[in-house]
Amino acid sequence: MAAILEQAEVATEVRPAVAGRNPWLLAGRQLWHNRIAMAALVLFLLIVVVCLAAPLYANHVAHVDAFANNLNGTTVVNGKQVPLLEQGGGVLRLGETPIGPTWDVHHYFLGADSLGRDVAARLLYGGRSSLIVGIGSAVICCVIATVLALIAGFFGSATDSLLSRSMDVIWAFPVYLLAICLGTVLLTHSNGFSVGPVHIDATSLWPPTLIIALIYVPYVYRPVRGQVLTVVNREFVQAAISQGASNVRLLFSDILPNVVSVVIVLLPLMIATTILTEAALSFLGVGVQPPNASWGTIINDGLTLLYTRPWVTLAPGIMIVLTVLALNVLGDGIRDALDPRAKLRVKG
Amino acid sequence: MLTFIVRRVLWAVLVMFVITVLVFVIFFKIPGVDPARAIAGRNPSPQILAEVRHQFGLDKPFPVQYGTMMKDLFITRDLVSYSNQGQKVVPEIAAATPATLSLVFGAAVIWVVMAIAMGVAAAVLRGTVWDPLLMIVALIGISMPVFWVGEVANLITQSRLHDTFLFSWVPPLGYTPLTQDPLGWFKGLLIPWVTLSILYIGLYARVLRANLIEVESEDFVRTARAKGLTERRVLLRHTLRNSMITFTSLFGLDFGVLVAGGALLTEVVFAIHGVGYLTYQSLTNLDLPTIMATVVYGAFFIVLANMLVDIGYAWLDPRVRPT
Repeated sequence: MAAILEQAEVATEVRPAVAGRNPWLLAGRQLWHNRIAMAALVLFLLIVVVCLAAPLYANHVAHVDAFANNLNGTTVVNGKQVPLLEQGGGVLRLGETPIGPTWDVHHYFLGADSLGRDVAARLLYGGRSSLIVGIGSAVICCVIATVLALIAGFFGSATDSLLSRSMDVIWAFPVYLLAICLGTVLLTHSNGFSVGPVHIDATSLWPPTLIIALIYVPYVYRPVRGQVLTVVNREFVQAAISQGASNVRLLFSDILPNVVSVVIVLLPLMIATTILTEAALSFLGVGVQPPNASWGTIINDGLTLLYTRPWVTLAPGIMIVLTVLALNVLGDGIRDALDPRAKLRVKG
Repeated sequence: MLTFIVRRVLWAVLVMFVITVLVFVIFFKIPGVDPARAIAGRNPSPQILAEVRHQFGLDKPFPVQYGTMMKDLFITRDLVSYSNQGQKVVPEIAAATPATLSLVFGAAVIWVVMAIAMGVAAAVLRGTVWDPLLMIVALIGISMPVFWVGEVANLITQSRLHDTFLFSWVPPLGYTPLTQDPLGWFKGLLIPWVTLSILYIGLYARVLRANLIEVESEDFVRTARAKGLTERRVLLRHTLRNSMITFTSLFGLDFGVLVAGGALLTEVVFAIHGVGYLTYQSLTNLDLPTIMATVVYGAFFIVLANMLVDIGYAWLDPRVRPT
């Protein structure tokens, strides 16, 4: 009862002051008071900061090179020097097992992979790649989709049908298959490919980023186009037209600000989706390429060690789950703040 | 209604045509990709390359190549794999389909039952601690990469707890046909079913809960209560029934995608030799005929699912029926 009274009090106090406030400010305030969403934001930022600190960890704490093979290296466990790769048992001593987690941040915290590389350091470097590809592709995807949706919704008729039909065709392709097709073709020849004057190296992070951005364009395009269509017919747009506003002005000062909230609601959910996609593609070997590592490639590295050294597989998976969970919770919070009717949904 | 269906079918045919051309262009026209090189093996001499090109018709003009492949795929149905010499592609896909269907059907049963249970429970228990708890569990399910869940499941059931009473029944990875050994089929697929369904349980439980809460405030629910119906009857016959519309159409689309090869990651992780696995293998070998056939097969199921959902929707709800 006390809580209800308190809420009622707050409501009567706040309402007159709030009238006429900037809607972004209101949404921001609502998000700020959503404790779960804020916790998710803090967790996500924490993951980003920790991953950005990968070189610091590798150079100053663990003193390892996360990308060089270290088959004959040693490390310290309980004050004793031990080899990174232990020879297998039995008479023949066949096979090698890398050292498991030492739970000591200075010496192979999560153990080594089959090439003697520090899994903990790779996990942080991998996180950098995963986050760059995930955030980069989601942003690129949203920008492309918004521009196309603006054009389609604003010019209508033939332009709209052409663009929307093309999107439907991409939609009919299973996203993973399209991504794997493109990944296979663009990554299997080591020289990379050229788009006009720009040469893109196959081992850089660009190919997976662009592929993932491309395949999700229809997912963002549809809701944004719907919003553009409702905004285009509003009175204020008609008023701007009657005042002789140019198309560019109409698009960017009148329509865009009114559809951008849809994109902002979608963005964190898209980043969650693209991070999962990147992991899946890298797991199949058609995403991030060596020497770069990502959470997906580390899970793949760990496959051969699954039953002996499971942490190589477990750790990056846990990082993916935490990151994607934080983004999904944050996305829910942003949606509640910006779009109270909550009609939007992105499939994971 | 008939013109609506005819228009949908024509559109479906167009989509399939565009998709096949797209796949063809991706694998033949992107500079640097050479199917002949993939067929000829490592470091082929120029003569062998030229011979391979001629033998597989890769030196012919693009529309002729495309036409030949489509003719072999649809009319004579004797399209032959590049990398696996002599292997006909269409029977290969037909042989892989039962595994995929078994996987997807079982997972679908689990995810529909579990999602309805979770969604209804969360909506009914709204205001208690159970609702947010269930939704957090659903969100965790959505946030887990399916291949990783599969690996962890393998770790637990094949290695760590395999020798305990919990998982000693789990057979080694792979697929046993239903007709050969029904019990082995069930045992081998149970873990993959659960793995595949986790994501969808989370997604559908969230959608269903949101819909239930939305429908709850509709007038007809109030009327039903005013008539003096029991809560149970209002929930099952009025609220749930109307909330299932989105659920059902989503289910149609997702089921189509999964049968079409969307279960690829689960199939790879559990070594189930279904269509997704076949697609993955043919992609790594750049085996264009198999890729083409699996993509056409996949697009067919997706377009079909889309079409059925649209027609079903138009049948259920006259408002979306075009005149």
